[in-house]
Amino acid sequence: MAYRSGYPPVRGCPRPSALKRQLVRSSDSQHSLLGRSVAFARMAGAATAALEAQGLVKRYGAREALRGVDLAVRSGELMAVIGPNGAGKTTLLSILAGIVKPDEGEVRSPNGEVGWVPQQAALYRRLTVEENLLLFARLERHGDPRESVEEMLELTDLGERRREVVARLSGGNQQRINIAIGLLAQPAALLLDEPSVGLDPRQRARLWSFVSALAERGTTVIFSTHDIQEAERYGQRLLVLADGEGLFDGTPGQLREAVRAEAPAAAGSDFETAFVAFLHHRGH
Amino acid sequence: MRWLLLKDLQILRRSPLQAVLLVAYPVLIALLVGFAISRGPGEPRVAFLNEIPPGARVAAAGSQLQPVGVDKRICGRVECVPVGSRRAAEDKVRSGEVLAALILPADLVDRLNSLSTLNPETPQVEVIVNEEDPLKAQVVDDRIESLLGQANLLIAKQIAAEGGRYLDLVVNGGNFDVLGTPVEILGLRSAAKILRTLRTAVPPPRRPALDRVIRFATLARDNLDVASPLIDRLTQPIVVDKQTVSAPTPPLEVFAIAVAATLTLTFVTLLLVAGSLALEREENTFPRLTRGLVSRSALLGEKVGLGIAVGLAVTLLMLAGVQIFVSLDWGRFGLWLAAILAGGAGLAAAGAALGAAARDVRAVSLLAFMVSLPIALLSLVPSGAVGSTVYDGIRVLTALFPFKPALQAITAALDSNGPSIGGPLLHLAILIVAYGLLARFALRRFASV
Repeated sequence: MAYRSGYPPVRGCPRPSALKRQLVRSSDSQHSLLGRSVAFARMAGAATAALEAQGLVKRYGAREALRGVDLAVRSGELMAVIGPNGAGKTTLLSILAGIVKPDEGEVRSPNGEVGWVPQQAALYRRLTVEENLLLFARLERHGDPRESVEEMLELTDLGERRREVVARLSGGNQQRINIAIGLLAQPAALLLDEPSVGLDPRQRARLWSFVSALAERGTTVIFSTHDIQEAERYGQRLLVLADGEGLFDGTPGQLREAVRAEAPAAAGSDFETAFVAFLHHRGH
Repeated sequence: MRWLLLKDLQILRRSPLQAVLLVAYPVLIALLVGFAISRGPGEPRVAFLNEIPPGARVAAAGSQLQPVGVDKRICGRVECVPVGSRRAAEDKVRSGEVLAALILPADLVDRLNSLSTLNPETPQVEVIVNEEDPLKAQVVDDRIESLLGQANLLIAKQIAAEGGRYLDLVVNGGNFDVLGTPVEILGLRSAAKILRTLRTAVPPPRRPALDRVIRFATLARDNLDVASPLIDRLTQPIVVDKQTVSAPTPPLEVFAIAVAATLTLTFVTLLLVAGSLALEREENTFPRLTRGLVSRSALLGEKVGLGIAVGLAVTLLMLAGVQIFVSLDWGRFGLWLAAILAGGAGLAAAGAALGAAARDVRAVSLLAFMVSLPIALLSLVPSGAVGSTVYDGIRVLTALFPFKPALQAITAALDSNGPSIGGPLLHLAILIVAYGLLARFALRRFASV
């Protein structure tokens, strides 16, 4: 594993104060923290892969949750990890996040930190929005934690609700704070474990707009989802897992081509039906 | 770590019920303990009906004994509620207004007096009790037995004193009143003296017979001199010679304060630490924190520190409340601090181990209660109250949990004449390390997502 135990700024990247000057010059002032992610990602150099994993194996007793999964994601790429229940999506993201150790294989993040946003909001529900952000900004040892909080509040558009306890926020707003806290680590890559679960369509739309903007600005985003349509719509690349095995790694278009080749009967149907046919053809 | 500590205090403040309980609990305990100690044990309320005719006196060997003031003596031992009739006494017992009713029947004195006659009758007092509650029944039985023992002893002493007076009359002589007529008793001493005077006037052949009478009178006098204290001893042949083999026992009020303080410290520290650690899992924040923001050991340290700090504040608040009722030796504040800090650390470490074993705050709160309450109660069981094997088991069990050493440390800190605080502190230090390691090990389970 190549993770560090702390979250110091990425080597070669400017401190937040220097970034702030860049952000002030940015034409898109509303996305100052997104701009920061851009800066981090771009200044991290021209590494081809922001996050790499090779031969990941994870066993829980006799059951193999992951069977030699490989992965390489470029800076600014938006990858969806899809698959049926028990495919190993959460295990893969947990290993990439450094929370779970693989039994075999290796993970590298040459561009810097990997941010992690768990499926269930990891927030203190009795604290306010502002207190949550301030706590994690302080724990991340930000030079000016209050300034970081202001930026995150602006980013999440929750400035007016800063003094509300998190428990009173909707699931969508809690997820936005959850992601914002993940971004406080100023990661080169951000892992989102089923981020849209439990959100209504309007909240989903806002969430994906937010996530897409992150990727457009250079942050590598890997998200897991059950929603195949969502994966097709927002994922630039798809990683298909089934029973811990990596079945496919490519664009949605390439997946359709694979379906056409392997399950021609489902080629004309919708993406979800085609995906199920593909899994069936592969024996899952 | 300070930011996590601040966060936990903010969360605590956000939970008004918890915050109020943390303040109200020690205040309530202090008030209860204070009242209990300052008022002393309450005397049981007993309905009292004295049917003995005024002026009736117990007699021994024809003379009346000194009045013993039955009413005053009984009502000095229990809180007497005077009643006018047997029915009123029964009603008060039945309603629960009094614990029991004591009736001295009209013929009690006559029956007592019959003991010295050829037709003795058994003197009886009547007791009416309501034994709906086994504990209450035991209290009543014990108190009645005690009262009866006292009464029998008192009467026996009076009779013995009267008997001693008669013996003195036989030995030394004096006046004895028979049906209002004084009769002079010569006494053995005077009899022997007279016989010795007469001896010279008796012809020598008759003297040996007179000598035998003089010797008898002398022997009888000497031995009857011994009989008087012997009769006195018979009234209470066995006396208690109490020797303490254990360390000096703390005064009851000090022990009560120590128990209250330790219970306060236990519940506050244990529940707070276990709950706040379980909260990290319930809120799903543990993996986020330990991905690199704080180490697991630092997180444990923060929770233990939180427990110690709040436990110390609450326990000191309780002791300050007790001070209103009972004077505490604040000169020993340093030792209090050491005992509370060490006890708090032990309990906090145990709380961390419990907190690491549960998935949510409610479960861990229940677990903490289920573990700590029986252990606390078992820690108060004295030796001899149960069988030796069971007591050995209790000793081992209570030694594994920080309540008992914390209680011993706080007792030693409060009691200037008490045992050394060193042993309990060492015991706590061992438990702190053991529970700390256990908690650290149990935290591995937290990582699973």
